[in-house]
Amino acid sequence: MISIKNVSKWYGSFQVLKTCSTEVAKGEVVVVCGPSGSGKSTLIKCANGLESFQQGEIVVNGVSVGASDTDLPKLRAKVGMVFQHFELFPHMTVTENLNLAQIKVLGRTRQEATDKTMALLKRVGLESHAPKYPGHLSGGQQQRVAIARALAMDPLAMLFDEPTSALDPEMINEVLDVMVQLAQEGMTMMVVTHEMGFAHRVAHRVIFMDQGEIVEDAGTNEFFGSPRSERAQQFLSKILQH
Amino acid sequence: MFSGFDFDVIGRSLPYLFREGMAFTLTLTGIAMSGGIVFGTLLAMMRLAKFPPLALAAGAYVNLMRSVPLLLVIFWFYFLVPWIGQWLIGATQPVRVGAFLSSAITFTMFEAAYYCEIMRAGIQSIARGQVSAGYALGLDYWQTMGQIVLPQAFRNMLPVLLTQTIILFQDTSLVYVISATDFLGAAAKIANRDGRLVEMYLFAAAIYFAISVAGSYGVKLMQQRLAVIR
Repeated sequence: MISIKNVSKWYGSFQVLKTCSTEVAKGEVVVVCGPSGSGKSTLIKCANGLESFQQGEIVVNGVSVGASDTDLPKLRAKVGMVFQHFELFPHMTVTENLNLAQIKVLGRTRQEATDKTMALLKRVGLESHAPKYPGHLSGGQQQRVAIARALAMDPLAMLFDEPTSALDPEMINEVLDVMVQLAQEGMTMMVVTHEMGFAHRVAHRVIFMDQGEIVEDAGTNEFFGSPRSERAQQFLSKILQH
Repeated sequence: MFSGFDFDVIGRSLPYLFREGMAFTLTLTGIAMSGGIVFGTLLAMMRLAKFPPLALAAGAYVNLMRSVPLLLVIFWFYFLVPWIGQWLIGATQPVRVGAFLSSAITFTMFEAAYYCEIMRAGIQSIARGQVSAGYALGLDYWQTMGQIVLPQAFRNMLPVLLTQTIILFQDTSLVYVISATDFLGAAAKIANRDGRLVEMYLFAAAIYFAISVAGSYGVKLMQQRLAVIR
């Protein structure tokens, strides 16, 4: 579904991604972790062309992301993305947030879009909040709306960029629950997160990045049981010691 | 103190002052505001474009307009617009353009430079993540701008846009250089005809003052309401 081959990216002379390669198969859940500044967010933003890269190739659903003749909006419509800071549109109601791209990009009628929207809001437990503005919702609720907004496009895969990092601790679980459910339904997911419990529970594979490199790319049990690299060991001991 | 004055001249000329003069002033202000905001927003998008020639061209236009006195721009456009019109439609002689159309074009082009800078700040005030979110949903540049960035930028900048419009309202009085009859022009004509300069200019000043103060107060009220909504 998502194939990343030898991708390198520079900001000026600073290399943020160093020949990264990995694959995410259909139905697979892959967690990307690593210390901050390791390039993990940059890597998944490259996967739907929100960030450009100078070398290598990323193919999503058979389409090369970096190719100049790729219709990026069309490709992005098939790949859902959830951001650290939710990025709901504050001037629109929850319903309008979900309807917008369904109508403008997929060409659904307002009625079709609203039906889909209400079904998804029900699924994330927020149907009563449909007429509200994002500013009146808690962080956890906003992030669940953001997930529903991405799902409204019937995506083939979902990208999550630290979806719980900006949340108060008591709201993290309501968002993770939605993600776990999604994973169990077989959604293809690439998730940048520090939530190792989530990774342990639903990830098929864990990728560990440090200083722009993919240091470790292993099955979940293998990664947590016996990480091969010293850097991954250190990272895990720091993050799991509580 | 006012024994030598005749304030009745105001009452007598009210219909002319408002139906002719103020109508011109308000129509010109309205056209220049809406045209200027639309054109200014396009200029702002050009200035922020990643394509350098576009950004440079828009930047040059804005800087030129903001560096030349409005009076000169009005003057020059009055003489240039007929020639540009001739060139555009390929006529054999300069197109006749009335004082109103000429000033409408001039003020729209001139104010666009100022509205551009306001909208540019507004667009830049929208977090980068909002644009990413639009793109991530499959929206293209125009949809992201039109649905997500500009509505928010416009809302954030509304008080500043309206303040600029109040300045525009006062500046329209400069059309006297091309003998157009705006509110001040109408007042001046009566003043000269009846020899009542002091009365008419006092009255004109009072009206400009009243409308501008009322406008500023309206902006202030709106600012408070917007602050609550956000």
